[in-house]
Amino acid sequence: MRIALFVTCLADTLYPSVGRATVRLLERLGHQVEFPQGQTCCGQMHINTGYQKEALPLVRRYVETFEDCEVIVAPSGSCVGSVRHQHPMVARACGDEKLAQRAEAAGRRTFELSQLLVDVLGVDDVGAYYPHRVTYHPTCHSLRMLRVGDRPLQLLRRVEGLDLVELPDADVCCGFGGTFALKNSETSTAMLADKMRRVLDTRAEVCSASDSSCLMHIGGGLSRLRTGVKTVHLAEILAATRAAA
Amino acid sequence: MSTYLGMPTAPKGVGHLRGSEPFPAAARRALADTQLRHNLAMATATIRAKRAAVVAEVPDWEELRAAGQAAKAGAMRHLDRYLEQLETQVQARGGTVHWATDAVAANRIVTDLVAATGSREAVKVKSMVTDEIGLNEALAAAGITAHETDLAELIIQLGHDRPSHILVPAIHRNRAEIREIFLREMAAVDPALTDDPAALAEAARLYLRRRFLAARVGISGANFAIAETGTLCVVESEGNGRMCLTLPDTLITVMGIEKVLPSWQDLAVFLQLLPRSSTGERMNPYTSMWTGVTPGDGPRQFHLVLLDNGRTAALADETGRQALHCIRCSACLNVCPVYERVGGHAYGSVYPGPIGAVLSPQLTGVEENASLPYASSLCGACYDVCPVKIDIPSVLVHLRARHVDEARKERRLPHAEAIAMAAASWVMAEPRRYSAAQRAGRLGRPLGRRGRIGQLPPLLSAWAQARDSPVPPSQTFRQWWRDEHRKPS
Repeated sequence: MRIALFVTCLADTLYPSVGRATVRLLERLGHQVEFPQGQTCCGQMHINTGYQKEALPLVRRYVETFEDCEVIVAPSGSCVGSVRHQHPMVARACGDEKLAQRAEAAGRRTFELSQLLVDVLGVDDVGAYYPHRVTYHPTCHSLRMLRVGDRPLQLLRRVEGLDLVELPDADVCCGFGGTFALKNSETSTAMLADKMRRVLDTRAEVCSASDSSCLMHIGGGLSRLRTGVKTVHLAEILAATRAAA
Repeated sequence: MSTYLGMPTAPKGVGHLRGSEPFPAAARRALADTQLRHNLAMATATIRAKRAAVVAEVPDWEELRAAGQAAKAGAMRHLDRYLEQLETQVQARGGTVHWATDAVAANRIVTDLVAATGSREAVKVKSMVTDEIGLNEALAAAGITAHETDLAELIIQLGHDRPSHILVPAIHRNRAEIREIFLREMAAVDPALTDDPAALAEAARLYLRRRFLAARVGISGANFAIAETGTLCVVESEGNGRMCLTLPDTLITVMGIEKVLPSWQDLAVFLQLLPRSSTGERMNPYTSMWTGVTPGDGPRQFHLVLLDNGRTAALADETGRQALHCIRCSACLNVCPVYERVGGHAYGSVYPGPIGAVLSPQLTGVEENASLPYASSLCGACYDVCPVKIDIPSVLVHLRARHVDEARKERRLPHAEAIAMAAASWVMAEPRRYSAAQRAGRLGRPLGRRGRIGQLPPLLSAWAQARDSPVPPSQTFRQWWRDEHRKPS
């Protein structure tokens, strides 16, 4: 299948290894990955901070870049959530019904990575090898906007060598929330502290998720406290193989 | 973008819809309160588990939620008609209906009604709306003492405190604190009072029984009003509400206009949704319903005060109006990770938590509560548990946009933030500018120490107080892609 990658601005700029892992994984499964060069950012930060007028050009850019693609994948539950649920809303709020309908069509073809693998490509064993103790934070927008359910766990359970430990209170937010982490930094930190406590209680070496933003938050805290626990994106675990190890 | 002009909002200087400081400042203090953090974590975890268990028992819960949502949307669509029907029915059955545009008008109406009875005291059923309008303070200013009779509201009143939860207003207090309040404030209390819950309840019972027997005026809110028969409904756990509703000669009910339901059939839906969502019970112990006055049974005079106080303004907002569907169950508070850590006082309004963050700014006007729509990480847990499916995250995002639009018009946007947002939009709208910005971002690489950055410049410095940041990589994804896919020449 030809699959267009929406790498997301965060992965593109700060976590390129997540994008490379997504490409490696999908190519290994026999698919052809494209990277439309016109892409930038979904505009979620603008929308969630109240700057819908500023988000409109980014909605239009996403639609124009991806509307001819058959299937689009992004390694981020919250960016896909924004594309699917917020883009049409922003276009309508700005009075552009035509753009809203194009955004809805593009959104229907945009999938979060675990959704793409399990629902569209029909795989749960991707042939990965990752000999580490891992716990998984399911991320709010994957759970409650996209309803990905336990698809990431289905994928992780089939990874050879991986010791998957359940994260208690997994469905509770880590406290990132985009500019929430800046505007309400101290409340965000209190939420982060509780999330880190849960992660540390599992004695996992690695905390994984399918969103670089949540991982930047959780990982930023784990690093500041020198816990030694790493954060690794789901795509990087699924891309790892015995040959590469 | 729409504007919301012309509809009056809740007036300043009266009632409890506005805090004295923005949410982040109030939250900072709450986060440092160890007792509060402990009480809230324990209490919300308990009530979350209870709710989850009784909701899971109902096979058609999702259908019930959809029915509740549809009933409320229908009632709002024809609110004018149902309110007039309610008025006609209440008057036909011997009650009197008063219309109050705002808190000031409602307080004046109730104060005059109590004064006309000659009584200087009134007993109160637990009610959110009378706290919203600051009724107790208004009565006190007229020399009338209002006695709260709900146990938790009594604890709040005796402790000279403010409620911090819709259903459990004293959730921030533990029993040792309650014992201290009772010993200090109840004149006739046994000095050997322990903090055993049964002993505390008995002390409150003895204290309240005297008030009930002496009371000539009762004041209540309402959970529901049924337009077709003019019937009012109060749902409670303790039975103290029923005492107030049945013993006094005069009953005065203050009700937000959004509480009206067309029919008894609608009520059936909500009596299934509300107890399971709020106290985590299959059914609440006391459901009181009354229709006008009945000779020889209960109050001889019944007054119904219908309050707007910003509700019509909320109704004018197509996205925001769903906040008026709220049935005050507080399930959204109990699952909210922000509420659990900061408690109710930080929101500055009688309506705290996620529902408060969407309701209070609409009642007061967004600019008077501009920090509340941002008091959420948009995790969506509130939407999942809401018994009437209020899409709180979407309303929060919508109110943030209203705030930015209104502040932009008056040139009051935080300068640095507005510039950063405009710049990011300009950069991201065009891939070439975006690539250039990515290259500039790599200038941050020397900040890195052992693969992490510990400090960041202003605007981002709050992040760095508790979190390290990644060092920008030497190569962005798109550079890697171009290198990989460069055609061999």
